[in-house]
Amino acid sequence: MGYLPNILFAIVLIFGVGYFARNVKKLIRNIKLGQDVDVSDNKPQRWKNMAMIALGQSKMVRRPVAGVLHVIVYVGFIIINIEVLEIIIDGLFGTHRIGLKVLPVSLYGFLIGAFEILACLVFISVTIFWIRRNIIKLARFWKSEMTSWPKNDGNFILYFEMVLMTLFLVMNATDVHFQAMNSGNIVSQYLVALFNGVSETSLYVIERSAWWLHIIGILIFLNYLYFSKHLHILLAFPNTYYGSLKPKGQFNNLEAVTNEVKMMMDPNVDPFAAPAEGVEEEVPAKFGASDVQDLNWVQLLNSYTCTECGRCTSECPANQTGKKLSPRKIMMDTRDRLEEVGKNIDANKGVFKEDGKQLLDNYISREELWACTSCNACVEACPVSIDPLSIILEMRRYLVMEQSAAPSELNNMMTNIENNGAPWPYNQMDRLNWKNE
Amino acid sequence: MSELLKVPTMAEFMAQGKQPEVLFWVGCAGSFDDRAKKITKAFVKLLNKAQVEFAVLGTEESCTGDPAKRSGNEFLFQMQAVTNIEVLNAYEVKKIVTACPHCFNTIKNEYPGLGGNYEVMHHTQFLKTLLDEGRLSIEGGQFKGKRITFHDPCYLGRANNVYEAPRELIQKLEAELVEMKNCRRNGLCCGAGGAQMFKEPEKGDKDVNVERTEQALNVKPEIIAAGCPFCNTMMTDGVKAKEKESDVAVMDIAELIANAQDL
Ligand code: SF4
Ligand code: SF4
Repeated sequence: MGYLPNILFAIVLIFGVGYFARNVKKLIRNIKLGQDVDVSDNKPQRWKNMAMIALGQSKMVRRPVAGVLHVIVYVGFIIINIEVLEIIIDGLFGTHRIGLKVLPVSLYGFLIGAFEILACLVFISVTIFWIRRNIIKLARFWKSEMTSWPKNDGNFILYFEMVLMTLFLVMNATDVHFQAMNSGNIVSQYLVALFNGVSETSLYVIERSAWWLHIIGILIFLNYLYFSKHLHILLAFPNTYYGSLKPKGQFNNLEAVTNEVKMMMDPNVDPFAAPAEGVEEEVPAKFGASDVQDLNWVQLLNSYTCTECGRCTSECPANQTGKKLSPRKIMMDTRDRLEEVGKNIDANKGVFKEDGKQLLDNYISREELWACTSCNACVEACPVSIDPLSIILEMRRYLVMEQSAAPSELNNMMTNIENNGAPWPYNQMDRLNWKNE
Repeated sequence: MSELLKVPTMAEFMAQGKQPEVLFWVGCAGSFDDRAKKITKAFVKLLNKAQVEFAVLGTEESCTGDPAKRSGNEFLFQMQAVTNIEVLNAYEVKKIVTACPHCFNTIKNEYPGLGGNYEVMHHTQFLKTLLDEGRLSIEGGQFKGKRITFHDPCYLGRANNVYEAPRELIQKLEAELVEMKNCRRNGLCCGAGGAQMFKEPEKGDKDVNVERTEQALNVKPEIIAAGCPFCNTMMTDGVKAKEKESDVAVMDIAELIANAQDL
């Protein structure tokens, strides 16, 4: 009978971690639905970016208030999770505060004391976050794409953290032995008064309940990640590693197009000749992107990493002037569609069954795509190196090269370039006339 | 004045068996747009004054393909790029300067992958080196003490991290450089990029250039300095829309420097 809690704990742990692992597998499979892209270059710079941007939060603090609060929650969350290690060992082996057995009381007290202070700071920061979202109503949290699930998701995460921090402090406050030791109870000693007059047995029950709820809460939170914008706490690391290292103005040159252009321009190429041996003729299925599978896997990883903070959208000139375009929505739509495609694959024994939908039109409208000025403000603003502009460009490529569906003024502009080498209807032979005007 | 402009072409240099120090890539706006042509001429005057041996491609120049690429027409872009690269490589061009950040970005970043490798400079960077090398001097002249704000072109600033060269030039004019709320990497677009210049904007509640002009007017400048012919047009239109054209001028950095010396 004595082992029942241990067994129960092991089951909860295995189930919690197992379900999470299953979803991570799904996540990786979905990301791999994207096209291949070579990101094997310049590893030192990539590690550096990850260290600075994800670990060091260098871009978060560009907005100081949100940045500093975020650093507190982030550091607090990571450090307090060291405590989870103790909880897991205690849970599996039926010990109580194993840390006390292996560490000197003073060091143990120091650690728990630090956790308590951080828990308190996290609680305060999260409360301020909640106020910014719900009372001050910062504009970027109230844009049209931030209704229903995205809006609730943001708040759920905050509630989760408040509850977890509270449980941690209550657990310590109601642990009679821990309080008697009077080392490390920096914050929780003030909560003891709340439980005055409660019998020792009841205190024990409260302490145990807080302990169980704390670990179960963490496991639920872990599994919540996959469904939430909070996935960024894991994906920010690979995402900043794989983020672009090129100047922001550099758009990729489509290789398939290069081959065709070379053929067209080279007078020596016989267009009817069979391809030379060893040279594979690469004709891509299509140019540009109309659905998530046409995007590359880094772009899909981007979509799962997006934390829906809206910094991109708040800097976007199109969005600021009332256009429909919101770079955050581009990322959210990409993730939603990718999830839909993933579920479709799950439901059809591993193969995608045509569902008559696509990212273009069903999620992202042409009006949004054509409103972009390619200014890179969104890319610059994103704290986790997401590039919404690259998705917009791929979709424009599809519209123009596969559908000839550019706005008519742009078609005129392109016809001009084709015919006379300038976006306006001037003759190339007049290009130097300014000299004599 | 125009008879004073010396604008040799690459073909002329070639005929003499010589290479210029730098190729001036004029760009479509600089060649055809009435406002931008003034910028082109101002820059040429400065090149002449500093006795820079430069050349233009003249009728052999063609659109870099930037607006086609940003519209999504990769075919047209690469056709343009390959054609231009053929011309540039035939002349063995090594160094290019341009007054258009879009040409600058495209040639600098997107041509190398297609066989065009050159050292590319924005004209503000080039003027800055002329200054540093003592080949050009800048006087404040009529701009001494004037309030000037600089609008960062997206394709110079964020796209290529060039923020300081244009500012240093403005400061050399002994002008008072004032910064807008959004500047440098947070600069707000003028609304022309991504081929927006060539189409009507999507439905919204304001035009981007008006928003940006309001930011500029908020710091009460006498001059809005630009470093891009398209930004110049957008900001000029914005100033007109706010009916401020009699108080606030929109000028390219090259024009400021040339005018300061009464060139
Ligand atoms: S690049 Fe496009 S989507 Fe991004 S901020 Fe600029 S206009 Fe908005
Ligand atoms: S793309 Fe980046 S900046 Fe935009 S909402 Fe997502 S995480 Fe925030």
